[in-house]
Amino acid sequence: MSPIHDQSYRHYGGGRAIPGRSWTVIAWAGIKTMIRKRAFLGLLIFGLAPFLVRAVQMWISSNYPQAAILNPTPETFRQFLEQQDFFVFTITVYVGAGLIANDRRANALQIYLSKPLMRSEYILGKLAVLFTFLALVTFLPAMLLLALKVLFDGNFTFLKSNLFLIPAITVGSLLQVVLASFTMLALSSLSKSSRYVGILYVGITFFTTAIYGALYAITGSSRVSWISIGANLAQVVDVIFRLKPRYATPWQVSLLVIVGLVVLSISVLERRVRGVEVVT
Amino acid sequence: MDAVVQLDDVTVIYGRNQALKNVSATFAKGAVGLLGPNGAGKSTMLKSLLGFVKPDRGRMTVLGLDVAQSPLEIRARIGYMPENDAHIPGMNAVSFVAYCGQLAGLPAVDAMQRAHEVLYYVGLGEARYRNVDTYSTGMKQRIKLAQALVHDPDLLFLDEPTNGMDPKGRDEMLDLVRDLGHNKGVSLILSSHLLPDVEYTCDHVVVMDKGQVATFGPIEELKGPSGRVYELRIKGDLRGFLDVLAKAGMDTHATDEDVMRVFVPAGAGDHGAIFKLAADFGVQVRHLRPSVPTLEDVFAKAIGEE
Repeated sequence: MSPIHDQSYRHYGGGRAIPGRSWTVIAWAGIKTMIRKRAFLGLLIFGLAPFLVRAVQMWISSNYPQAAILNPTPETFRQFLEQQDFFVFTITVYVGAGLIANDRRANALQIYLSKPLMRSEYILGKLAVLFTFLALVTFLPAMLLLALKVLFDGNFTFLKSNLFLIPAITVGSLLQVVLASFTMLALSSLSKSSRYVGILYVGITFFTTAIYGALYAITGSSRVSWISIGANLAQVVDVIFRLKPRYATPWQVSLLVIVGLVVLSISVLERRVRGVEVVT
Repeated sequence: MDAVVQLDDVTVIYGRNQALKNVSATFAKGAVGLLGPNGAGKSTMLKSLLGFVKPDRGRMTVLGLDVAQSPLEIRARIGYMPENDAHIPGMNAVSFVAYCGQLAGLPAVDAMQRAHEVLYYVGLGEARYRNVDTYSTGMKQRIKLAQALVHDPDLLFLDEPTNGMDPKGRDEMLDLVRDLGHNKGVSLILSSHLLPDVEYTCDHVVVMDKGQVATFGPIEELKGPSGRVYELRIKGDLRGFLDVLAKAGMDTHATDEDVMRVFVPAGAGDHGAIFKLAADFGVQVRHLRPSVPTLEDVFAKAIGEE
């Protein structure tokens, strides 16, 4: 007599996605995991506080001529992105430290890589998690501010005379996000402890800045600002926003350092993200 | 013989250590055991087949596809249960297994439905909403099997699936593996150093030793006809008598107790020959009976163990 419902193993007859889209599954799962954490949600909302302040500033300047002093300039958008550096740093540490380190701790890499996905897809999925949250506190609010300015003014005058702000915000925030995402992901692949990765990232960031500070105090010149990761980013983004660079280091050198860091991070990820760790 | 996996002159080198040395082997459809002592190259072989390790030489095909050319197509059709503890941190069992299904290309809804089904199948139905981090060793073994099964693979790679399990759990796991291989039409390669596990679940075996294939084929065929192996216990000069047996062309190896197994090759006589040798040498035969050859005998012969 056969059972009315067989709970044993059954074959699957449904459809399957073609390989190449698994990174979206990884990204979405990572995003969902983070937004379930109340502390992180709080941080994300707090990260949008400067946006609200700037939005109010724009509304006042658009509606009250006597508050012309508050009128935004292209530099306002640069300042906004610089203000967001703190949140970029905090979110990078909070979200990024465990992205690969936790998978390495739980030996999850061999689970991932035994599925029909490439190593690059895995990395892309993990990058997308950090990228999304960092873009939420940089690119998105900066663009929204630009839109709000047009909206509050009721005309396109500001936008027309500063059209370069659209690519500037895009490229500036992209540089911020890409540099933070790649370097953190590379560090995360080096250890099984997210705590250690977080400390390492904070250490490298502050250490390079401290070294630059010490050299600046000794030489009195900002030519060695290329040593500081943050200074390189600030230097290049200043140029993107058509502002006078703040350091004596040529911006091309700073850009080279940033590109070098990203390339180094990709190389580290290529070596570390493997289904099996071979110790010879 | 329908082959699901074929290795042709495969060599894998880690630094100075040759993990696989010119391995050529064929894994038949159905349940195949991959036997060998620790360090024999079993896991390296599975990892090479998965594409985790790139061989220095040789060619491998899985389900008719070249491992070097079509790794994604192959991985879409196989399930891998790793040897060590492995899971995605911070997920409950059903989310983890469904996630693995999605990674394998299943739509989200189907993946979730399959996750529930396979979790019931492996015996984790009641614990499927628990965080995997809180699972016991036995449960973690089961969930590794569930994630390997969720996308309904044609071929399963099971690396030491009973590691760390209590006797009851081990039996249940072996029943599952046997059911999959014999009743559910899933081909599988079971890598293990536990002979009874392989003997219970598999029809074919590939024996590995020191990075090479020592022997392979159907287990029943390798065990040979019954009656050629005898269990023997003697009283007297054991070492001397072992030499006598060896000179007569009979292999011996010890078992758990003080009983030894004696392989009597064709043409070397039957139990009478053993009695005669014992009488001539002056030892007492205390116990002699025909034995059904076990996989242990095959294994011992293949790797030349005493």
